[in-house]
Amino acid sequence: MSGFVVDSTVSSGNSSVAIPTDISGQILDLDEDDDLEVFSKDTTVTDGSSFNASMQTSPASMINQYKFEEDAEDTKDIFVTVDNPESHVTAIETYITYRVVTKTTRSEFDSSEFEVRRRYQDFLWLKGRLEEAHPTLIVHPLPEKFVVKGMVERFNEDFIETRRRALHRFLNKIAEHPIFSSSEDFKIFLTAASGELTSYKKQGPGFLSRMGETVKAVAAAVRGVRNRPQEFTEMQEYVEAFSQKISSLDKVTQRIVREQKEYLEELKECGPTYALWSQSEEELAEPLKDVAGCVDRCCKETEEQVKNLNDNLIPVLHEYALCTETLKAVLRRRDNIQADFEAKTEALATKKADRDTESKVLSLAWDSLVGRSPEEVKQQKQQTLKGEIKEMRDDLDKAEDRLEWANNALKSDWTRWQKDMRTDLRSAFVDTAERNVNYYEKCLAVWESFLHSQRTDAEGNGNVDFS
Amino acid sequence: MADSGSEEIAVIGNTDLTPSESENNLKNTMVEKGTSLLKMMEISVAEAEKRTGKNAVNMQETYTVYLIETRPVDAASEGTNPVPDSLWRRYSEFELLRNYLLVTYPFSVVPPLPEKRAEFVWHKLSADNMDPDFVERRRVGLENFLLRVASHPDLSSDKIFYSFLTEENGWKETVFETGFQAKADSRLKALNATFRVKNPDKRFAEMKHYGDELQSVISQLLRVRARAADRLYGVYKVHGNYGRVFSEWSAIEKEMGDGLQSAGHHMDAYAASVDDILEEEEHYADQLKEYLFYADALRAVCRKHELTQYELEMAAQDLTSKKQQREELATGTIRTFSLKGMTSKLFGQETPEQREAKLKMLETQIEEGEELVKERNAECEEFVKSAWVDIERFKEQKDHDLREALISYAIMQISMCKKGIQVWNNAKECFSKM
Repeated sequence: MSGFVVDSTVSSGNSSVAIPTDISGQILDLDEDDDLEVFSKDTTVTDGSSFNASMQTSPASMINQYKFEEDAEDTKDIFVTVDNPESHVTAIETYITYRVVTKTTRSEFDSSEFEVRRRYQDFLWLKGRLEEAHPTLIVHPLPEKFVVKGMVERFNEDFIETRRRALHRFLNKIAEHPIFSSSEDFKIFLTAASGELTSYKKQGPGFLSRMGETVKAVAAAVRGVRNRPQEFTEMQEYVEAFSQKISSLDKVTQRIVREQKEYLEELKECGPTYALWSQSEEELAEPLKDVAGCVDRCCKETEEQVKNLNDNLIPVLHEYALCTETLKAVLRRRDNIQADFEAKTEALATKKADRDTESKVLSLAWDSLVGRSPEEVKQQKQQTLKGEIKEMRDDLDKAEDRLEWANNALKSDWTRWQKDMRTDLRSAFVDTAERNVNYYEKCLAVWESFLHSQRTDAEGNGNVDFS
Repeated sequence: MADSGSEEIAVIGNTDLTPSESENNLKNTMVEKGTSLLKMMEISVAEAEKRTGKNAVNMQETYTVYLIETRPVDAASEGTNPVPDSLWRRYSEFELLRNYLLVTYPFSVVPPLPEKRAEFVWHKLSADNMDPDFVERRRVGLENFLLRVASHPDLSSDKIFYSFLTEENGWKETVFETGFQAKADSRLKALNATFRVKNPDKRFAEMKHYGDELQSVISQLLRVRARAADRLYGVYKVHGNYGRVFSEWSAIEKEMGDGLQSAGHHMDAYAASVDDILEEEEHYADQLKEYLFYADALRAVCRKHELTQYELEMAAQDLTSKKQQREELATGTIRTFSLKGMTSKLFGQETPEQREAKLKMLETQIEEGEELVKERNAECEEFVKSAWVDIERFKEQKDHDLREALISYAIMQISMCKKGIQVWNNAKECFSKM
């Protein structure tokens, strides 16, 4: 196809660049110059936004790119960590920044190590940019802004630590994503000094153009989609069901943690009671003290186990619960793109019908008034219509491309997401099961050592037969 | 549980004796002190049944009766298995027996009965006396009581106890005929003695204090344990929800389905396993409860000592004052303030005849008083001796039993951990197949 795929609804990094409607010639140039251009993250073609570069590829080559990435060896060439939360106090506000360390061998990075400080707002910005650039790709969720239910203070240590881990996972998911990891915004996020980032952020699409996008999106949503392909309907049904299940699991796990904590509260009183008892006894003092010790040790293990659940399983479940919102949004956006395409198709058909009818109508009265001959007028009108129709057809072609591209992107990313989800949840549950086994093994050891000490005592005294 | 009882059942009677000789032996050993009844007969509380009948005020009531079975040990060892003698008793009859024993053997730490009403329950356990689990635990407790009494050196040879086991009808009348109720010390008397006694044996005072502490700490332990059991139940049961959700989730997945489904089953098994775990723990709680109630019996013995000591002190005090009176009368001096002194001052001295008569009376009283003091002293000494012997015996039994209980608690915990390890290993395998 000769069209050039540019999503005109997506803002470019540099609004002064006019996106040509037909640069098929340019594409050919690319292909001739360097076969690998299709796969490279070449940012030199336009003024800097790498997502434009990736957009310049046709849908077909887009799929190729995915395939290439999947078949490629899993050699990680970028490592990102989020740590070291610090609190900053200014006249207006207090906020937390996190240290983001990047180590990479990628050529497009100027150096191999970067260290920057970022706050939650910056992460939000990055997420927004990625979503805007790739409306039908799945961006991993960020931790929530604020936990209102639990009345968690924003500067509470546990809250900050949980958030830090989630932010770390977020960046790593981005780094692992074949498309996102080559995003210019991502690169800037990882490397720019704070001042640089602020000014880069300001370069973003103007308020008006963003408004324009929102209006278009709303209009599309209102129109609704007519012929959604079956697979996307299935996807939506799956997302609905999955969303219920994962949020149930999240709730169940949180309930378990609550019950465990209450159990722990009671258990903590047992040990001291045995210890108190041992003070009144003579022969029994030793065994009672030992039992008190065992109970106390089991308490510690239980505490550890609760902490594990909280730190490991719950965040993962929670993130996938948030994922489902992302998935729903992605499906919605895809639907909107399709709705837009369908609307344009209709409009074109209507225009064409107009043209056909127009050719049969002669509006003589006005035209004779303005002194134009009917033939002239007719010719003029035909020309105008022809122009309009050509424009609409081009528009439609672009919409079609955009739809095809969106669909393919979604399909590929959906497969990737499912694979990821399976891996993540599997390892989270396996990990939990393993920790539970460890917990029981430790408690077992505690009680077995007690038994052992009682046996050696008893056999020494010749008291009890343990056969 | 009274394991000491079952150890003695293992002792097999002498099979070389002729039937008539062994019968003689049985009669003789009943009278002999110190020989355990259990060497001669097996005792068990085999069943429990619900009955309805009219009570003392002619109203319908439902109650539970327990079947007591007895069987001579000799017969069992000979290989013939005769039908055991059996009779039905209800809880109130057990109570009557125990009250009788308390009064008749005040120097013995009398084994306690299982609780009348379920206490220290956690939510799942019913507090209803008619609940089958409660009845079953009570049956076991009553058997334990009988075995404890039967293995007690003094109590086991009691005739009333023997007829409790063997004579269904008329037993109640027999008990009342002993007149034990009249011999019971009034609570008021006992309380009075506790406050006023001047010189109780230090060991008994310590024992009483120990009894208080034991009761307090075991109560606390039982309370805490019940609450912890409640919570543990919750933890396990919530895991059952995993089972349900995994099952539903597996329905929408393709590759993950099988792993999820089978993991769900293990979660269900985990949730269900808590019922057995807590039932076993209830058994441990019962062992603790027995000693909670034993603490009371121990304190009863100490209180009895205080009473006998007090009565001795009273008698001695009385004697001293009478002797003093005699002295006063004999020498004519009035050293202490007394009504006699006052009246003689007011109304004049008595005649020599009057004095003589009074002196004579005092002498008699003093003689009687000295007898009383000697008696009471002997009683007191006797009591202290016997009671201390039984207290020592009790201490040993308690140390042994509670140690066993702690060990069995540890074994329970180990079993619970092993189950947990198994379930989660299985679950882990299923998860890794997800």
